[in-house]
Formats: sequence, structure tokens, C-alpha cells
Amino acid sequence: MEERYSRQELFSGIGSEGQALLAEKHVLIIGAGALGSANAEMLVRAGVGKITIVDRDYVEWSNLGRQQLYTEEDALTSLPKAKAAEQKLLAINSRVKIVGIAEEFHAENAEQLVESVDILIDGTDNFNTRFIINDVTCKLNVPWVYGGCLESHGTCLAILPGKTPCLKCLFDYLPQEGGTCDTLGIIGPAVQMTAAYQTAECLKFLTGQLMSPEMVYFDVWERQSSSVEVTKLLDPECSSCSSQADYPFLKKEKGLRTYMLCGRETVQVRPGQIEGFSLKALNDRIKQVTSEVRGNGELLIFQINHLRFVVFKDGRTLIHGISDTSEAQKLYQQYIGA
Amino acid sequence: MNIQVNGRRIQLNEHEITIGELLESYNVTKRISVVEHNKEIIKKEEYEQTKITNGDTLEIVHFVGGG
Repeated sequence: MEERYSRQELFSGIGSEGQALLAEKHVLIIGAGALGSANAEMLVRAGVGKITIVDRDYVEWSNLGRQQLYTEEDALTSLPKAKAAEQKLLAINSRVKIVGIAEEFHAENAEQLVESVDILIDGTDNFNTRFIINDVTCKLNVPWVYGGCLESHGTCLAILPGKTPCLKCLFDYLPQEGGTCDTLGIIGPAVQMTAAYQTAECLKFLTGQLMSPEMVYFDVWERQSSSVEVTKLLDPECSSCSSQADYPFLKKEKGLRTYMLCGRETVQVRPGQIEGFSLKALNDRIKQVTSEVRGNGELLIFQINHLRFVVFKDGRTLIHGISDTSEAQKLYQQYIGA
Repeated sequence: MNIQVNGRRIQLNEHEITIGELLESYNVTKRISVVEHNKEIIKKEEYEQTKITNGDTLEIVHFVGGG
């Protein structure tokens, strides 16, 4: 028995056989925020063979209150979360293969990222991305574990495409109402509890056991919890997981795509394909417009008037201080490229 | 009447309410909720017709966006 995993192997639910299985598995985590960090750390400590973690954001001070993989240094240098997470996770367990990808998870790259993994963990903070996850996992028949948390409550549901209801079976629209962590807040215990449910289901699946068919909901502050067995809600005509599925969220768009980050006065602009884009060339160009420019090799940050631009290697840009998507698109074309 | 919601005993002034009305009083968005009424899962289309009476047990879970 390897010392590192000895306590986990003693646990009857896993044992040495389960431990050996974990070492052969590949888990994809979408989102390296609070839930993504917590799940990733548990899975890396548990000795899963390979973890790929994808995130489109960079570390800020407001993250440090609950996003456990990040430090003040990461916030000071505005490191992309995927890169910062990769470093921390490798320092925790160098035997696990860890790949951090500082990109958005979207309809165009979803299939390629998901096709070779055993299971996907939801660490996102929005339903737009979750419905892309839902469609791609249904299409490729990969299980995933939904998790969400806000204020002091959270919820978790494991989804086995075709066998248990998918997200689309359970609700059929993109919720716009309801708060986000940036508007209503969140506390660490709600994150940890949600991630604990997610990781537990993930470990069960990876060691060849059945995941729970119950959707669990809790409020850790009010000490309330509830579970509902949802299998009956599997929709035989679902547009994502039935035999007639047409995967509505995997339809690819063309050109510049803008997306408003809820509650943050930030718009993300993502180019379709830009040839020969380089942060260095942009750096040289933008220095003639503003003196407030800094970078860390992974991204470039510059300020023009009251707007802050954060540009990633693939040309994707977060514009802070704006909530109008068409204005953001114009600014992108003006300063970064078409 | 007395009912049980998510394991807690609740006292209501009404003698009869629907699941839809109960969710509204809890501020739960109906379209992203899942409700079990006396161990039976209730379809969303039936929330407005399904009546809750004294002694009933409910489990209410709903989707959460953050993370």
C-alpha cells in the first residue's frame, strides 16, 4: 500500500482495487473557480491519473476568499486560473498528470476536450456553459457531475447520459433570473459542501460504482437539506439526451462572440479565428495608445480611460467597466483586431 | 395546517394551497425546481393544480447557478 493513499485505501468503499482504478482515469474539470479548485484539489490528492482543468478567467483579489488554489501572488500577477491551478496541483501531487488550459470552453472546442475523458466535473458559474457541457457529454456519452452554489446553499446532481435525466430533461430554458456569486455573494462552506458531493460521486464512478440518482440540495447556514430521486424525469423526447437529440447548444457561431459576465460589468469578446495573433505584437501596438500596459506572458492588461482590457493568448478579451456588448465589440475591433 | 418541508415542520395559516403557491411563498423559481410531494415526484405542469393538505410531506430542490 502506498503511504500517500493509505487512508483512502483503508476506506472500504475504495480499497486497493479502487485506488488502482483511480490511477488510470482522466477527469476533465470545466471552470477553475471555487468549485473547480475544490474538486481539483480533492481529486489530485486522491490520486486520479490525469486531470485537465479549463478556465477562461484570471486570478483577482475577490477570488481569494474561497478559491482555495490561489494565493496573493497569483492575484498580484493576474495569472490565468488554469495556469495557477496547474502549478498548485502539481506541487500537491507530482505523480498526477495535470493540464491547465487557459481558454473558454465553448461549442467549438467542447468535443475535442471531452472525447478522451472518463468523467467531467462542473466547476462553472453559469448555465450557458453548463448546457454546452450537457450537450457534449450526451453526444459523446460521458457522465458528468453538476454542482452549483450561491450564498449559503448548494446543489449537486450526477448525470449519466441516456440513463438518468440530463440538465435539459429537468429544465428547458436558460435561466436569466436568480443571483450570481458576484451579486448575492457566497461563503466558503457552501463551496466545500457542494464540491464534496461532486467529488464523492466522481470517485464512485471512477471506481466502478453507481452514482447517486438523487439531486441533493442543502443550506449549510440554515442547516437544511433535501434529496429527490429524479430518474423518473428522464425525458424520452429530450433534445439533448434522447435518440432524437439535435444538441442545440453545440451549434457553432461565426465571427466575434460577445458574452456578458453576469453581475461584473464585464463583457468577454472572443474572436472566431484570428491568424497570427501575438500578445507581443499587441503590446507594441497598444503602448502607443496608453502607458498603462502590463503583462505576464500569459495575458496582457491595459487601461484606456475607465476601461480595463485583459487579453489572453488566443485573442479572447475581457473588457471590464462596460455592460454593452455591441460597444464592447466595437472597442475590440478598435484596439485588438477584427 | 401543518406540513413538512425538507424535513422541517411548517405551520401555515391556509387550509389548502397548491405547490405553485408554496414555491412562490419560498421565492423558488418554478422552472428550475424539482418537487416531491408525499414521496411522489410532481411534473412542473401540475404545480398549479396539485393541492397540499394537512400532514403532507414535501421535498423541494432547485438548480443553483453560481460556482
